[in-house]
Amino acid sequence: MWRSARFAGTAKLLLALAVALMLCKAILPQGMIRPPEWLVLPFADWINAVFAFLQNDLGLMAVTRAFSDVVEWLLNVTANLLYGKSRWPNLGPIPWSVIAVTAFMAGYALKGWRLGLISGGTFVWIALMGQWQWAMETLSVIVVAAPFSVTLGLVLGVLAWRSPRFERVLNPILSIAQSLPHFAYMIPVVVFIGVGPKAGAIVTIIFSVPPMIRMTLLGLKKVPEEVIEAGKMSGATRWQLLTRARIPTARSEILIGVNQVIMQCLAMVVLASFIGMPGLGQKLLQLLQSLKIGLSVEIGVTIVLLAVTLDRLTKAWALRLPVHEAASPSWLKRNRLLVIWLALCALGFGLAHFFPYFLEVERKQALSVAGPIDALMDQVIRLITPVTLWLRWFLITWVLIPMRDAYLWLPFTAVLLLLAALGWAIGGLRSALICVTYFGLIAVSGWWDRAMITVYMVCISVVIAAILGIPLAIWGARNPTRAARILLVCDTAQTFPSFIYLIPVIMLFGVNDVAVVAAVVVFAAVPLVRYTIEGLRNVPPEMVEAADMSGATSGQVLWHVRLPMALPTMLVGANQSVMFSLFMVIIAAFIGTQDLGQEMQRALSSTDVGKGLVLGFAVAFMGLMTDHLITRWSEARKRALGL
Amino acid sequence: MSESVITCRNVSKIFGPNPAQHLAQLKADPGLSQAGYVHAVRDVNLEIRRGEMLVVMGLSGSGKSTLVRCLSRLIEITGGSVTVEGRDIATLSEPELIDLRRRKMGMVFQSFGLLPHRTVLENVAFPLEMRGQDRATRYGRAREMLELVGLKGREDYFPRELSGGQQQRVGIARSLAVEPDIWFLDEPFSALDPLIRREMQDEFLRLKGMMNKTIIFITHDFDEALRLADRIAIMKDGRVEQCDTPDQIVLHPATEYVAKFTSEIDRARVVHIGSLVAPLTSPAIGEPVAAHRTIRDLARQLISDPRIEIPVINDQGAVIGSVLRQTALDVLLGDAQ
Repeated sequence: MWRSARFAGTAKLLLALAVALMLCKAILPQGMIRPPEWLVLPFADWINAVFAFLQNDLGLMAVTRAFSDVVEWLLNVTANLLYGKSRWPNLGPIPWSVIAVTAFMAGYALKGWRLGLISGGTFVWIALMGQWQWAMETLSVIVVAAPFSVTLGLVLGVLAWRSPRFERVLNPILSIAQSLPHFAYMIPVVVFIGVGPKAGAIVTIIFSVPPMIRMTLLGLKKVPEEVIEAGKMSGATRWQLLTRARIPTARSEILIGVNQVIMQCLAMVVLASFIGMPGLGQKLLQLLQSLKIGLSVEIGVTIVLLAVTLDRLTKAWALRLPVHEAASPSWLKRNRLLVIWLALCALGFGLAHFFPYFLEVERKQALSVAGPIDALMDQVIRLITPVTLWLRWFLITWVLIPMRDAYLWLPFTAVLLLLAALGWAIGGLRSALICVTYFGLIAVSGWWDRAMITVYMVCISVVIAAILGIPLAIWGARNPTRAARILLVCDTAQTFPSFIYLIPVIMLFGVNDVAVVAAVVVFAAVPLVRYTIEGLRNVPPEMVEAADMSGATSGQVLWHVRLPMALPTMLVGANQSVMFSLFMVIIAAFIGTQDLGQEMQRALSSTDVGKGLVLGFAVAFMGLMTDHLITRWSEARKRALGL
Repeated sequence: MSESVITCRNVSKIFGPNPAQHLAQLKADPGLSQAGYVHAVRDVNLEIRRGEMLVVMGLSGSGKSTLVRCLSRLIEITGGSVTVEGRDIATLSEPELIDLRRRKMGMVFQSFGLLPHRTVLENVAFPLEMRGQDRATRYGRAREMLELVGLKGREDYFPRELSGGQQQRVGIARSLAVEPDIWFLDEPFSALDPLIRREMQDEFLRLKGMMNKTIIFITHDFDEALRLADRIAIMKDGRVEQCDTPDQIVLHPATEYVAKFTSEIDRARVVHIGSLVAPLTSPAIGEPVAAHRTIRDLARQLISDPRIEIPVINDQGAVIGSVLRQTALDVLLGDAQ
C-alpha cells in the first residue's frame, strides 16, 4: 500500500535473491555466511593510532587537562556549597531546608502551588531519606555541566545559523552524536581525563550539547521574517538584530533546548557512575548489583523525582508567556515573591543554625522505606513467581533463543540483500545504498555476531512494544481525558533516565535476557504510545465526520481513516522507539547480555578507545539506518496524504 | 511639480540560483522562462514625489510586497536602480543604509512584526533604542506615539495580549517613532477584520492629515486603494500596469486588466468633478461647483441643473474651467449605450 510502484520490481528481485541465498546456505562458501578475515578492517587500530597521535604528539592532552582543571575547580565550588566538601569558598553546606524552600519558590513563581509542592517536596524527600550527599553530588555536576552545554550549544547553534556551510558539516556530526550510545562517549573521556567526577562532568557536557545546538538553530530559523524586517527597518545592526530580536524571539525553543540539556545531563550523570562518578547513579549501581531491591527503589524514586522536578521547572520556564503587571508603585508589591523567598531563606538558615536537623539529616535520623518495600516485594514476588517463572521459561525457550539463533543463522550477504530490498522499496537506489553501506561497515568491523544479537534484541523488543503499546494507544485515544492522562504518564516516563527502568524488571525477572527485553519493551513502548495517541487525536474531525456520514462502523473509521492519517506521526514514534531500544539494550548490558553493549563495557574497563568507538559507531549506524528508512517512509506517506 | 523622493529606474527582481545571469539572458530573449526562477518585479519605473501617497495595488503574487522591499533595500534588486533622495541605495554601505533607515524610513508590516518578548512601550521605543537614545527620552517619545494612536494605558501590555487592530496600532506607532520622511506600509490592514479595517483606515487618514510624509502603501484591496491614494500603481505579474490618480484610473483604465477592477466600481464615488474639467468656451454662467467634490456629491444638482456647461472653481475660488453636464451624468449613470 505504501510502496510506490516504480521501486517495487527491483525490491522484489532483491528480496528473491536474499531468500535464495538463505535457502542455499548449506552450499554457500564460508565467506558469504560470515565476513571473511581479509575483509575485516582494523578500524580499532586506526582509531587508536589517531588518538595516540592527538594525545601524545599534538599535545591535546594539555588542553583537555587545562579544561578539566577549570571544570574541577567549578565542581569543587558547587560541591562545597551543596554538600560541604571542604574546598574554597568554604561557605557550605547550604542547609537542605534553604534549598527546598528555594525549589518551592521557583516552582510557585513559574507555575503555581502544584509545581511548588512537587519541587519543594522532592528536596524534602531527599533530605529526609538521608540521600542528601549523593543527590547533591549528582546535582553539582548538573549545575556545572548544564551552563557549559547551554553556552556551547548556543554559540554553535548561532554559528550554524549564520553559515549554511558550517550547518552542512555540523548536521551529520550531530546525527551521529545523537545516535552514539552513552558508553561510546565515556571511553575517550576516560583516556583523556581519567575517571572521577570531572570526567563525569565533561562527558555530561559533551553528551548534552547536540540537542541545544539543534533547538537554537530551529528557534532562530523560526523567527518570523517580518520581525527581522521590522528590526532592520528600525536600523538595527546585525549584532543588535541577533541579540535583541532573533534570540529573544526564539526564547521558547532555546529554553526547550535548555530543558533537554538538563534532562540529558541527568541521564548521563546517572550513567557516569560507570566511570567513577559518585552520586545517586553509583549508589544505584552498587545496590542493583547486590540486589538490594528496597534501597534501590528509594534511590530510584529520588532520581525520578529529581527528573520530574527539573523537567517541569525548566518546561514551565520555557513555556511561560510574558504577562503585563498591574501598575503598582510600591517596590514591595512588585517584588513580593522575592521578599517572601528571602524571608523563608533567612528562616531556613536560622533553623539550621539552632537545629542541626535542618542543616543536614544524619544517616541514623534518616527515614527509610526499604524494609517495608522489601517485605512487600517478597510478598508480591512470592505471589507472581509462578507467572514470571513461566513467562521467563516461555520467552527464553520459545521466543528469545529461537529468534537469536535465527538471526545468527542468517548469512550476512542475505541480510545485506534483505536490507537493500527494504531500502529500495522505501526510497529507491539511494536508500538501498545507504542501508547496505551502514550494515556493510558493521560487517567489515568484525563485530557481526554481536551486532546481530543487538539487532535481535531491539527487533523483539520493538515488536513486543508495538503489540502492547499500539492497542493501548488506540484505546486511550478514544476518549480525550483518558488520552490526556496517558500522555501525561508517557511524558513523565520519558523524563526518567533509562537506568531507572532496570529496577522493576530486575525485581521481577532477576538478572537475565528476559529482564533486559522487558526493560527495553517498557522504554520503547513509551514513544510508540505517545505518538500513536497524538497521531490519532490530530486526525481532522471533518474526515472522521465524513466517514461517519458515509456509514462507516467505528472499526472501519479506525482502519480506513484514523490509522492511515495517523501513520506519519506513528512512524516518528516508531523511530524514537528504535533509538531508545538501541540505547537501552546497550545500557542493559551490565546485567548480562552478549551483544555489542557487553563488549563496549569491556572496552570501557580496559579503556580501549578504538574498540569502544568502533562498537559505538556500529550502534550509531543501526540507528541512523532505521532513522533514514523511517523518515523516508514517513515523508512519502505525508506527501501521499498531502500533509 | 514637486521633487521626487524615490525614483525607480527599470527595477527588476528575480529569485533563483543565479539571478543576474538569468536577467542577462532575459534581455537577449524576453520570451525565455526557466524553471527555478521567479521574476517577481519586472522593469518597474516609478517616481514618488515628496508628500504624496502612492498606493501599490495588486493581487497576491503580483510582486507588490517585493517591490516595496526593493525600495527599502530589505532585498537586493537584480537590475535597475532605486534612488532615495538623490542617492542610489544599492551603493550605500551597511552603516550608511542603517543610518538611512534610522533617520528617514519607517515601515508597517502585514502581520505586525512585533517583538513578542517586549512590552508595547519597549516595542515602540525599539527604533530609538537602536539609535542609541537614552531610556528616558525614548520612553517619553514612545508614550507620545502610543497616545497618538490611541493606546494610552496599554504601555505595559505584551503584544499577544492585544487584539489584531491594537497590535497594528503598535506597529504604526513604532514606525512613526523616529519621525520618518518616508513611510512604508505593507498591507497594514489586510490581516484585520473588515470592520476593524475600516476603522483603521479612518485612523490612518487622520494620522496622514496630521503629518506631511511621503507614503508608499501596499494593498490588495482596490476599494482601499481608491479611498486612500493620491496615486495608484496597479501591478500584475511584477509589472506596473498603470500608475495614475484614482480618477484617471477609473475614467481611463490603461489595460484590460485594470478595466476588470474598475468595471465593478461606482465611478461617481471616485471621480472628482475637477478631473472632468475642460477649458471654458463661453463665459461662466451661474453658481460654480468646487473641484474637489465627487460626482456622487453633486448627483442631485447634476440631474436638476438646467445648464449645459457648469463652471468649476478650485480651492482658492478661482474658476479653472467648466464641465459638460452630459459628461458628468455619463459618469454618474454609465455611458448612454
